[in-house]
Amino acid sequence: MEGEVDGLVPEDPGRRRRVHGMLKLYYGLNNEGKDPEQSESLDPCDINGPHFDPEVYLNKLRRERSLAELMDEETCMVKQIRSLDSDMQTLVYENYNKFISATDTIRKMKNDFKKMEDEMDCLSANMAAITDFSARISGTLQDQHAQITKLSGVHTLLRKLQFLFELPARLNKCLELQAYAQAVSSHRRARCVLQQYSHLPSFKGIQDDCHAIMDKLAQELRQKFRDGGSSAKDLSECVELLLQLDEPAEELCDKFLSHARSRLESDLQSLEAEIRPYSSTSSVKDASARRQSTAAAGSPSDTSPKMSSLPSPNTDILEFIDRGCNEFVSSLCLVITSYQELFINHAQTGELASKNIPQMANGKLHAFVDDLAVRYFSIVERRIQEEKGVGDNSLLVRALDRFHRRLQAVAKLLPGSAVPNQGTEIVIRAATERVKQYLSALQSFYMDSLTDVRQALATPRLSVGASVTGGGTHLGGPVSSRDAPTSLPELLSSLSASILNQIKSVLASVHLFTAKDITFSNKPYFKGEFCSQGVRESLVVSFIRFVCHSSRQFCESGGDKGGSTPPALLLLLSRLCLDYETSTISYILTLTDEQFLVQHHSPVTPVTTLCAEAREAAQKLLNHYVKVQGLIISQMLRKSVETRDWVNTIEPRNVRAVMKRVVEDTTSIDVQVGLLYEEGVRKAHSSDSSKRTFSVYSSSRQQARYAASYTPSAPMDTNLLSNIHKLFSERIDIFSSVEFNKVSVMTGIIKISLKTFLECVRLRTFGRYGLQQIQVDCHYLQMYLWRFVSDENLVHFLLDEIVGSSAHRCLDPAPMEQSVIEVICERG
Amino acid sequence: MEDDAPVIYGLEFQARALTAQTAETDAIRFLVGTQSLKFDNQIHIIDFDDENNIINKNVLLHQAGEIWHIGASPADKAVLTTCYNKTSDSRVVSCAAVWRMPCDWETGSHESPDDSAHNPQTLELLCHLDDSTHGNAACVLWEPMGDGKRVISLADNHALLWDLQESSTQATVSSTATLEGKGQLKFTSGKWSPHHNCGQLATANDTAIRGWDLRTMSQIYCIENAHGQLVRDLDFNPNRQYYLASCGDDCKVKFWDVRNVQEPVKTLEEHSHWVWSVRYNHSHDQLVLTASSDSRLILSNMVSISSEPFGHLVDDEELSEGEDSHQEDKSKEPLKDSVVSTYEEHEDSVYAAEWSSADPWLFASLSYDGRLVINRVPRALKYRILL
Repeated sequence: MEGEVDGLVPEDPGRRRRVHGMLKLYYGLNNEGKDPEQSESLDPCDINGPHFDPEVYLNKLRRERSLAELMDEETCMVKQIRSLDSDMQTLVYENYNKFISATDTIRKMKNDFKKMEDEMDCLSANMAAITDFSARISGTLQDQHAQITKLSGVHTLLRKLQFLFELPARLNKCLELQAYAQAVSSHRRARCVLQQYSHLPSFKGIQDDCHAIMDKLAQELRQKFRDGGSSAKDLSECVELLLQLDEPAEELCDKFLSHARSRLESDLQSLEAEIRPYSSTSSVKDASARRQSTAAAGSPSDTSPKMSSLPSPNTDILEFIDRGCNEFVSSLCLVITSYQELFINHAQTGELASKNIPQMANGKLHAFVDDLAVRYFSIVERRIQEEKGVGDNSLLVRALDRFHRRLQAVAKLLPGSAVPNQGTEIVIRAATERVKQYLSALQSFYMDSLTDVRQALATPRLSVGASVTGGGTHLGGPVSSRDAPTSLPELLSSLSASILNQIKSVLASVHLFTAKDITFSNKPYFKGEFCSQGVRESLVVSFIRFVCHSSRQFCESGGDKGGSTPPALLLLLSRLCLDYETSTISYILTLTDEQFLVQHHSPVTPVTTLCAEAREAAQKLLNHYVKVQGLIISQMLRKSVETRDWVNTIEPRNVRAVMKRVVEDTTSIDVQVGLLYEEGVRKAHSSDSSKRTFSVYSSSRQQARYAASYTPSAPMDTNLLSNIHKLFSERIDIFSSVEFNKVSVMTGIIKISLKTFLECVRLRTFGRYGLQQIQVDCHYLQMYLWRFVSDENLVHFLLDEIVGSSAHRCLDPAPMEQSVIEVICERG
Repeated sequence: MEDDAPVIYGLEFQARALTAQTAETDAIRFLVGTQSLKFDNQIHIIDFDDENNIINKNVLLHQAGEIWHIGASPADKAVLTTCYNKTSDSRVVSCAAVWRMPCDWETGSHESPDDSAHNPQTLELLCHLDDSTHGNAACVLWEPMGDGKRVISLADNHALLWDLQESSTQATVSSTATLEGKGQLKFTSGKWSPHHNCGQLATANDTAIRGWDLRTMSQIYCIENAHGQLVRDLDFNPNRQYYLASCGDDCKVKFWDVRNVQEPVKTLEEHSHWVWSVRYNHSHDQLVLTASSDSRLILSNMVSISSEPFGHLVDDEELSEGEDSHQEDKSKEPLKDSVVSTYEEHEDSVYAAEWSSADPWLFASLSYDGRLVINRVPRALKYRILL
């Protein structure tokens, strides 16, 4: 009702709402409570509120308003009441017609429903009649229906029976036509029935017939399977059928694999046969030529025919690997694919999947592949091991690359297989082995070059005596053959250059392992460990170590007599090591690091350590050189002192020849050392040392010492002066380390020689002329040796000691006049 | 305490010969023989007073000639041998003789200690160990720990075994061994082994060391090229019968096991010139003394090849805990071989060094300029060895 009111009053919503609200109030429909005004207006003075109390309102108005206001209020209220009344009237008019029409409608409906009721009754009566009829009809048709059903059942049964009876013949026919699939499906359909009714003799007969035929069929299938010549598709069909015939899958797998194995093994055998007759060092050229020709002739990927392989004795490694890849690996891949096709992928789709066949088959396949791969790897490895010549690394690298690459195919086919990893390991081993071979090749190269150098040193050369500076020229005697092998520096530079070249070429060869186009070069091993541990450490560093070590061995094993190693070689090696220390090592290592972009994960030998080793070796060699040369001169001096009868010698007229020899040798050593080492620093010479004839020797100090020892009255003072002198002079280490320069080396050699002279003199007893001879000899040495040493006082001191000692050991010490000595020495 | 400070004694003459007075086990006493061509040579008897760090010397005249080698009898304190050079008619001859010290040399020194040098007594000659057919004597060796009746003299290429009779006044050659080979072979030095019932002798000639069986006077082993150059001296390990130390002109000291002479057991290269003398300590064979013409004396502790490679080392704290420390000792690593110390008191070549026969921790060294230095094993090492 209210809705209608709403619809019919198209007034502005505000007013309508209010009107509506008031009407509602009026009719007591206060259940909505939506209007905020209503809930708020508890004020009894609110004329619109529900709790309006006219009395209170009037009292309030009267109390609060003036008369005029009251009057106004009254008119206003009257106005409002009037408008409300008119509103009410309007509403009543508006709705009156609707009420009327509604009443009419209801009345009409009442009449219609009555009519309808009658019709419905009629309908239900009709329906009852129909049901009755229908029941009667079905009752009459019942019997016929049952008969028809029975008949159709018999018909089906008969058809089945016919199928069964015809089955053997049909199967036979299939067999004849080789329609195996049809036969199998037919048999499968009949199988259960026959099984079920096998107690009936006729069925039994049929079953037996069928079995016989199916056995034959299975036999034939197996035969076909075994022949294996058939195409993969046939084979797969075969296997599928056999599986359907309840042939055990495991057995089939085994058969398949063993069949494949026999073929693969023949491949392996032919490979193996190739290794055996391999004679290791025979013509590589020939082999590579053959490789070229085979590569040209047959496409290498051609897999189907087993290359008519009479094992050729000298296949090179690349050819060998090629064959291995083409025959073995590709057949293996084929086997894997077809096997997977047959037993794994196929089985997964069919009902066979439930029998865990894929897993089983997979396991078998892995075992099979692993087994064969192991054999293959062992053959390959044996072949690789035979690859000893370090001539052409690229061949090996390419072979390994191919080997590795082909294994990737297996990896793709058999994701979980360990085969590719094993293959990578083989490659790694081969690479490591290669590095080792290169190291030993480098080492033997080094030793060979040393032998060459040794020979070059040993072969007598045209002496360059004429150009020898200083002492050599005036000696008159033939300049010794040890003198200045023309080209010590040349030898050194050629030696060091050839070693460096060799290292470079080896590095280049080894670098092939990490070339970008090689598949295995991106393996972490080849990126990291191979570079740092393999190449840097075990090749380059080891070689440098070897150089140092072998150099040191020259010092130790060379025999203390210094016979076995020519001193010049010692000197040369020492310079070589020193050069290594200063530049070559860091150069080589930088080169290596650059070429191989080594990222050092593990600690590597730092350059400084190697340099220190090289320096140590250089030092040892130089010390040993000094020692050996010193000993050679010492030996001369010692023999000369020991073999002479110094008591009964004649008055000296000449410098003894051995002294000349000493000076000669010293000069030639000086030249030799000068070729390789810098001059070095000497202490400032006294002004007169540049003159050939200087007279430090006859200094007053020396004279005083003689005097003291000749005066019989002062036996206690004999040693006093010399002791005091020694107190103030530095202690001399005879066999001490030398510095890397010529002066230091020469000082060392002269020290050793003179000290020997001194000790020998002290063991002898001298006559007057013996002493004088020593005086002459010492003066002669003095004249020539000072120029070689860093501190000429050292020579003075040692010679003083010699003369002093011989004076002590003299029975009749009457020294020779200094002037006479000088004259004798001048005369030479 | 300045206990470890060296005591230095200066002789007036140059000297090479030094020995401990072997038979004297109470007093620390060394004998030094001088070398002088012009004056009478002397034998200085150096007594070291350990308590007061004082040296007492007595001088005996050895007028026969300059002394190259001296050896003290192991049985009789007063008996000694010398090898000396005799010059006559501008010929120098090496001789060997047995001498007896005058019995009152000690009293003489007490009466006038300051004048002893001026009024020295003379050695009494017992007998010559000379056999002109056998050439110049290089050294005389007493039978170690023997009764002072047997000596060996090495003369050129002969080793002569002498029997001393009638209180050493007579010497007869009981057997000889001769080194034969090409060239002029000459024994430079030798040592009578204290092992094998004193039945072995080791000699050095040129670069070789040879062992001799004294019963048959035949060679039992030979270390060819024992040193790169001349072998100067050798000594037997007093406790390990097959161990032998040698030194030579290659500046090395080598230790040998004479059962395997291919390689030395150990090599020391501490000296910077020829090594003239090597001596095992008589009691503690890890202590080895070497003297060299680089004017140095080096005391080495060769534990690894000594008879006590594990030492008697016990730490201080373990010592306080008592006896149970012994087992731990066994498990300890062998001590490292090391140079104990280098003595640089000498100014000239040191040709001889000897351990005292009385005090195992004391040794003397003699340099050519006549300086005798007495040193002790450092206390720390001494205690480490003892405890």
